[in-house]
Amino acid sequence: MAELSMREAYGRALAELGAVNPQVVALDVDTSSSTFSNFFAQRFPERFFNIGIAEPCMVDVAAGLALGGLVPFINGFASLLALRALEQIRTCVCYARTNVKIAASYAGLSDFKDGATHYSITDLANMRVLPGLTVIIPADAAEAAAWVPLVAEYNGPVYLRISRAGAIPVHLVGSPLQVGKGRILRAGRDLTLVATGAMVGRCMFAAEQLATQGINARLLEIHTLKPLDGDLLLEAAEETGAMVTAEEHNIIGGLGSAVAEVLSEGCPVPLERVGIRDRFCPTGRDPDQLMDTCGLSVADVITAAQRVLERN
Amino acid sequence: MKTITPEKIAELEEIARHLRMDSLTLINRRGAGHPGGALSAAEIMTALYFHVLRIDPENPVWEQRDRFILSKGHASAVLYSALSRRGFFSFSELDHWGEVDCPHQGHPDRLKTPGVEMTSGILGHGVALGTGLALAARLKKLAYQTYVLLGDGECQAGIVWEGAVTAAKYHLSNLTTIVDYNNVQLDGPVHEVMPLEPLADKWSSFGWHVVEVNGHSVRQVVEALELAREIHDQPTVILAHTTKGKGVSFMENQSYWHGNVPNNEQLSKALAELEEVANG
Repeated sequence: MAELSMREAYGRALAELGAVNPQVVALDVDTSSSTFSNFFAQRFPERFFNIGIAEPCMVDVAAGLALGGLVPFINGFASLLALRALEQIRTCVCYARTNVKIAASYAGLSDFKDGATHYSITDLANMRVLPGLTVIIPADAAEAAAWVPLVAEYNGPVYLRISRAGAIPVHLVGSPLQVGKGRILRAGRDLTLVATGAMVGRCMFAAEQLATQGINARLLEIHTLKPLDGDLLLEAAEETGAMVTAEEHNIIGGLGSAVAEVLSEGCPVPLERVGIRDRFCPTGRDPDQLMDTCGLSVADVITAAQRVLERN
Repeated sequence: MKTITPEKIAELEEIARHLRMDSLTLINRRGAGHPGGALSAAEIMTALYFHVLRIDPENPVWEQRDRFILSKGHASAVLYSALSRRGFFSFSELDHWGEVDCPHQGHPDRLKTPGVEMTSGILGHGVALGTGLALAARLKKLAYQTYVLLGDGECQAGIVWEGAVTAAKYHLSNLTTIVDYNNVQLDGPVHEVMPLEPLADKWSSFGWHVVEVNGHSVRQVVEALELAREIHDQPTVILAHTTKGKGVSFMENQSYWHGNVPNNEQLSKALAELEEVANG
């Protein structure tokens, strides 16, 4: 894809934020040329700390910086932050409520050439269960950039999920973003597609194709996995009577699970979940092809939509 | 470096004795807690809270204050004893320590107890946290010092050393770590569970200025803490050689007393021994 990658948009936005907010500091774990925190490092070397290959240490150092009144953005690979540094995030960030911003790059399958060790398909489940953590998943590069200053202003720890790759553009620059408030990207009454991250654009294509079959799908973007916009989901369930979730994550523990929790308690309508079917995924030629072969294609969304309507 | 008077030393020794008695009383009353590592740290905590730390109990969030992190959070009884005696809250607030409506937690919680700089309990975090606080002081051009108290067994955790190399990389002379080197951990002697020696060489090779003291000598601890402020290009670690369960004969050097609770009879015996020290 030719569009700007999410990580580069993030990195440029972080450097811009550094220019206007002197309290912002950035840390990385020897991956600054991958996460693009190096844009910040080059402009503000005195506010950038390379901790070496030690994610748990980076989290704790950032917690200390936050205790000292600064606003640290920590940068690394999502798989390592969410797994190797999980205890530090739980104890020193969430429980201690330190104002640390976790920019988790290379999320999902976006590091297509490096394989299952580098993919992050469990991070949403890992982060979603931590009390006090806000979990945000931008849908494209423009949205990733737009979240950066909002995350800095937000009072409390945030997990910001950043893809290595680009994504189908869906975010109109300047359109409002609010933590915890999902967005209706397309109106429709036959069923609701609920998507997060790179799957938002894919679901938009799916909705367009469904429309040619006479099926009018509503499309919700859930950029904040936690706190989840339950009102928006229940309203959609009541008005459309069927729902499909789509995420670049294991089918267990992420968006689909979160939506199922809300629906089962508030408005139990038929639900189908699109995601990685609880397996480790292979390396691929490019992220789009890899997503297609791992159950995340536009066709997979369409099939799920047709299936959920048959159940309705 | 300031010299400390014999009168001041006697005053601090008396406070340390009270911190021991208060800690054991708290643990007995709650029916939970960690006496061994509270007793071993009494002089260290006294030197910090009653002589070295620039803090203001009336304003626990004073921006210029020195920071202290109890990385060995299980020694919460001696921290709470010190904070209450220092005036951050009344000792009677701890009457219901352990009950669900008592704000003061089993392990320190910075959001619930005034004067607690950082939540702790899981071992290993202090050095890396302190590194962040010391970096923040540098960036904000604040003169505060950051102190971290580790257990010796805690030095078995790899993240301690990740933090140590980071503090050395940034030449954080405003960071001082104290190791309560009491030689005993939960499962037994440190040298049996997982040997740490040569510990001074380890810290030194990680880029730290190392000072070794008798951790039960108030004078030596105070002088080491003050010396640390004179070191200008690297962080300092004070290896404070101590005795687990110090001051109570039947608790000394016994791993059993890492996390077991003295019953009423044992508490009376312990307090009597500590009273004897004062009278003798």
